[in-house]
Amino acid sequence: MKISRPYLLLRAVVILIALAPLPSAHAALTIEIIGTGANQFPIAIVPFRAEAGLAQAVTPVIAADLTRSGVFRMVDAGGLNPPPYEPQDVNYATWRARGADTVVIGSIAPLSDGRYDVRFRLMDVAKQAQLAGFAYTADATQLRLTAHRIADVIYEMLTGDKGVFSTRIAYIVKKGKRYELQVADADGYNPHAIFWQDEPIISPAWSPDGTHLAFVSFKDKKAVVYVQSVITGKNWPVANYWGSNSAPTWSPDGRTLAVVLSKDGGSQIYFINTDGKGQPRRMTFSSAIDTEPNFSPDGELMLFTSDRGGSPQIYGMPSAGGDPRRLTFEGTYNVSPRFSPDGKSFTFIQRNGGRFNVAVQDMTTRQVQVLTDGFIDESPSFAPNGRMILYATEVKGRGILSAVSSDGRVKQRLTEDAGDVREPAWGPYPK
Amino acid sequence: MKRLLTGLSVLILLALAGCATTTKEQEGAAVEDRGAPAGPPAAAPKPAPDTGAKPLVGKPLGAAALKDPGNILSRRSVYFDFDSNLVKDEYRPLVTAHARYLQQNPGAKMRIEGNADERGSREYNIALGQRRSEAVKQMMQLLGARPDQIESVSFGEEKPKATGHDEAAWAENRRADIVYQGE
Repeated sequence: MKISRPYLLLRAVVILIALAPLPSAHAALTIEIIGTGANQFPIAIVPFRAEAGLAQAVTPVIAADLTRSGVFRMVDAGGLNPPPYEPQDVNYATWRARGADTVVIGSIAPLSDGRYDVRFRLMDVAKQAQLAGFAYTADATQLRLTAHRIADVIYEMLTGDKGVFSTRIAYIVKKGKRYELQVADADGYNPHAIFWQDEPIISPAWSPDGTHLAFVSFKDKKAVVYVQSVITGKNWPVANYWGSNSAPTWSPDGRTLAVVLSKDGGSQIYFINTDGKGQPRRMTFSSAIDTEPNFSPDGELMLFTSDRGGSPQIYGMPSAGGDPRRLTFEGTYNVSPRFSPDGKSFTFIQRNGGRFNVAVQDMTTRQVQVLTDGFIDESPSFAPNGRMILYATEVKGRGILSAVSSDGRVKQRLTEDAGDVREPAWGPYPK
Repeated sequence: MKRLLTGLSVLILLALAGCATTTKEQEGAAVEDRGAPAGPPAAAPKPAPDTGAKPLVGKPLGAAALKDPGNILSRRSVYFDFDSNLVKDEYRPLVTAHARYLQQNPGAKMRIEGNADERGSREYNIALGQRRSEAVKQMMQLLGARPDQIESVSFGEEKPKATGHDEAAWAENRRADIVYQGE
């Protein structure tokens, strides 16, 4: 393989830049990437025409998104004068020499109404042809989102999987006595608290359409399940029965919440309406703990954690009701099941020795793969494309969010400037 | 062996209370230790046993007794072994006293707040704390309190009394607290 020395140097610089923390001017969360995918797509992203003067550059966000996925390698796109902005400007020999399989070019032009016209093209170096090209109209506040959408298109074109860069995550931040339910972009930018109080908040759960979050609040000196509109900020209690009310999860049609109530003694799973009206319908009937329900994407199955067999294990049962079947058999502590978006596997927390780690189990073969190696990993949830799993972990006694690729190869760490971050939930695709 | 003894003592207590219902707790089901070595915790803080408590006889006690440091009713915490939701023998006088107070003060209401240590799933720990608070409630019911006088709730691992990350702190947090309405 012929690689000139300057090229190697360039590559080293590019990697360093990719690994360096992102500028944190707009971010409370900073992302760190560990590991790389088995196969990486070498891609060059040329800064868009007229991008330099903008408060929000677009191409660095695209590059950061793709780098974070672990399956892209950034190829240096600098040093060309003039840089290519249109297909006819692309000198494919240059890009072949730099080792890029694809090149992203584009432009940003202000419109008369103050908005921007953002155009991009994804060019295939070998075929010397355009793979994708889109134009967007965005105001200044939407430029980051536009960048995420472009990254989504590139990711899908090249990997065949839908991108998740324009999705959002929810999580809880504890700052002293204060607890905040925050929503942020999938890259940790634009975090904002949508609910806060001086009592604990746990278990945020996205509605399938991404418009609502269910969560458990201890404001009433006990666990009560609330639903809040992410759009209006309005919230209302949906389960406030005698005893504890917790562990909400939405049915895929968004009409039903499964919750855990202790109103009849013991922690058992019930279905309730999302407006909190009507009578809860009891779904499990054990004298043990049944908790952490989660629906399969088609709504047919429900997973949950139960210690009916003597230790907490994961069980599955028909959502319409029926006999639960035990699914996990390795180890004495398997909890917090969450289905993958294709329903073929589920992620959960498994205790290994003294450690709690994120694992994935295949629904058919029952094969288990442990993906993380932290001491206290908690609350795993799949990205809507099934490629990454977001979870909470602890570093030096402080809670941080991490994500791991579903093959375990790529890990990202999202850290908060202040406070203890926990209970993440990856939101659905935007509708 | 220790658990067996604790279990036996609860059974004896239930027999003494003249009730034949079975408890729904499953021994060994509350897996809270999460990798801790088998055996009782070495450095668990043992709250003072409630021996030498004043016997509750004669006239019903008023609310003042709840705050009287010399009265057993001022004691509000029941501690649990790891891997257990069984109310230990040493807390029997405390639970008995509160049950009698509820019996003698029919208007009195309490909440029993179960807690768990920090290890493991937050939701599973809510359920563990709930099981502890319900174990205390059941015992009080068997001793004459009305079920509607007692709401069992759980804070799981969300409101730790001890914030450390060792067995001593965890033992302190495996606990159910009694809080009367209006307190």
